[in-house]
Amino acid sequence: MSLAGDVVAFLADGANWSLDDPYDVPNRLVEHLQYTGIALGLGALVAVPLGLWIGHTGRFAFLAINAGNAGRSLPTLGLLTLVVTLVGLGLTPVVVALVVLAVPPLLTGTYAGVRAVDRAAVDAARGQGMTERQVLLGVEVPMALPLIMGGLRAATLQVVSTATVAAYVALGGFGRFLVDGLAVQDYPQMVAGAVLVAALAILLDLLLAGVQRAVVSPGVSGRAAAARPRPRKATA
Amino acid sequence: MSGLADYLRQNEDAVLAALREHLELALLPVVVGLLLAVPVGALAHRYRLLRPPLLGVTSVLYAVPSLALFVVLPGILGTRILDPVNIVVALSVYTFALLVRTVVDGLGSVPPAVTAAATAVGYRRGRRLLQVELPVALPVVLAGLRVATVSNVSLVSVGALLGVGGLGELFTSGFQLDYTPPIVVGIVLSVALALLLDTAIVLAQRALTPWVRAGEAR
Repeated sequence: MSLAGDVVAFLADGANWSLDDPYDVPNRLVEHLQYTGIALGLGALVAVPLGLWIGHTGRFAFLAINAGNAGRSLPTLGLLTLVVTLVGLGLTPVVVALVVLAVPPLLTGTYAGVRAVDRAAVDAARGQGMTERQVLLGVEVPMALPLIMGGLRAATLQVVSTATVAAYVALGGFGRFLVDGLAVQDYPQMVAGAVLVAALAILLDLLLAGVQRAVVSPGVSGRAAAARPRPRKATA
Repeated sequence: MSGLADYLRQNEDAVLAALREHLELALLPVVVGLLLAVPVGALAHRYRLLRPPLLGVTSVLYAVPSLALFVVLPGILGTRILDPVNIVVALSVYTFALLVRTVVDGLGSVPPAVTAAATAVGYRRGRRLLQVELPVALPVVLAGLRVATVSNVSLVSVGALLGVGGLGELFTSGFQLDYTPPIVVGIVLSVALALLLDTAIVLAQRALTPWVRAGEAR
């Protein structure tokens, strides 16, 4: 049979989708989402408040600006294996490596979002007597939300893709199909794993695009202005 | 620290070979991706109808995980799974996907007055693109090229999971031996290589776009 046929056969085989067998697709999906969720959650916990603070105060801006390039240049596989040799196998090395991957896009996105807020709007908010906290939460965060969400989407894409390396250090997730398939020369299984990760990455991105549409105020995204009927042109 | 020095002394040749392979595997895709992205980006800029489908396809391509792409490509190309060509093609695809959008953005950033002036002086479409629009778009395109280059350097090492990948082999061997020095050496060299290439692009940009600094100095 052709390779594509073998891959489809693997994915269509009900035996690979059993809920009880920890080696099958549903449980691998749950594992993959777990690593992704933990890493993104911890990453956001660090990066978003830090980015908001840097953006709001303008202090340590170089940190947020250079985080992107520094983060991209760190090889995740190297970090992962380094932490394994230091603390041993387990969830920690995977989470550390993925958090380091998630922080830079979240940090730069949040910082850039807050920085891009119209200074006039911030001054107006202060002029009305808003406290700094109210300025940040009521004005800067809602207006920065498109870029913050952009950072989250970029981080999610990278973390989902890279979570496959967890399998290399004896954990689960979709990477198992790639690593196990390579070990036993089962090429269709590897490709099926690759297809599953790619599909998950694209699906999550679409999901976050939907979330972004839901949480960003129509006044910020421009949809409110687009929906408003245009004023009739005065004709001579 | 003495462990690091010992490791380097004993494995100098292997480390240098890995570094050279890493450099080749990371740089070749940047060149290929750029050469493909400029004409496609220019087409997408010129024909508005082409833009949404082209940018849609490239953003989906960019979403495909690198390890997945490394694995799927041999099936498509008919290469062996251990062939470095897979890494080069996969990273060229990423570079291309990232740069098409940058080229479109860059050409979009050219002020209409500049294009109009060039046309008025007698530039035809092709020559105007090459001699006026692309040079003016250069800062935006090179910003994208920096991102692509730096992330390529980091992605090459993932290829080590399949047995090809320059410095990534230091990571896998360190992991298998439960021995930290090669991993630290690999990380440091990989980051240094990325920063070096990034700096080279920044310097090239300064040399190629003198008018940007002339504008600042005024």
